[in-house]
Amino acid sequence: MRQVIGLIVLLVVIAFLVSGMLLSIHPFGYPPSDMDDYIIENAQEETGSNNVVTSVVFDYRGFDTLGEATILFTAVTGVLLLLRTAKRKEENS
Amino acid sequence: MLSKIVRTVTNQLILFILIFGLYIIAHGHLTPGGGFQGGAVIVSGMVMLLVAFNHQEVKKVLRERLLSIMESTGALIFIGLAFAGIGTAFFYNLLVGSPIFGRIPATGPNPGDIWTGGVIPLMNFAVGLKVAAGLTAVVLALALFSSGEEIEE
Repeated sequence: MRQVIGLIVLLVVIAFLVSGMLLSIHPFGYPPSDMDDYIIENAQEETGSNNVVTSVVFDYRGFDTLGEATILFTAVTGVLLLLRTAKRKEENS
Repeated sequence: MLSKIVRTVTNQLILFILIFGLYIIAHGHLTPGGGFQGGAVIVSGMVMLLVAFNHQEVKKVLRERLLSIMESTGALIFIGLAFAGIGTAFFYNLLVGSPIFGRIPATGPNPGDIWTGGVIPLMNFAVGLKVAAGLTAVVLALALFSSGEEIEE
């Protein structure tokens, strides 16, 4: 019984979120801001990069890439730290 | 260690895979790709080495301390280049117009020039170094750990 109620509540919440997303989505091909037109017209002149995607990733939205690099750094640090600690504890016991 | 056929093919292929990864990193501002993608290609070559050869053989060549230092160096270069333009804004492209990577291409489709992009090629190299070294360290650590080997500091 509790599971059925939980499932219904879950479905209602999912339907609410998905319907809200579908109602507020913008029509395909008509982006809500003028930012993309600006980037397509000015990226080569402002950043000197022929690859506009790279100019967005490393210049206009560089802060995003910094976060991405931080995530990777944290993951690598965590893996190395964990494996070393596991090895050491095994030796001690 | 796998059979001799696999090892020979790996010996021949690893050079091309590494060169292709370097190409993707170096031409990140001209063609699709960039630091993350090229670094992943290099890591795939390293995984092929790990599969084809014994991990003890790979452990002789790759030290985990060296890989950690390389990854940190890449991250520091990336943040340093981001902070270099702090006079105008964080991540400001201050090398556009300067003699180093400073040429400005014509607007619209054109074949491009390797000396363009400002700090973008340098950031691509930094991120490529970081991704390649970091993921290689992770894969090597997991391989050594699953085989019960000791991790080389």
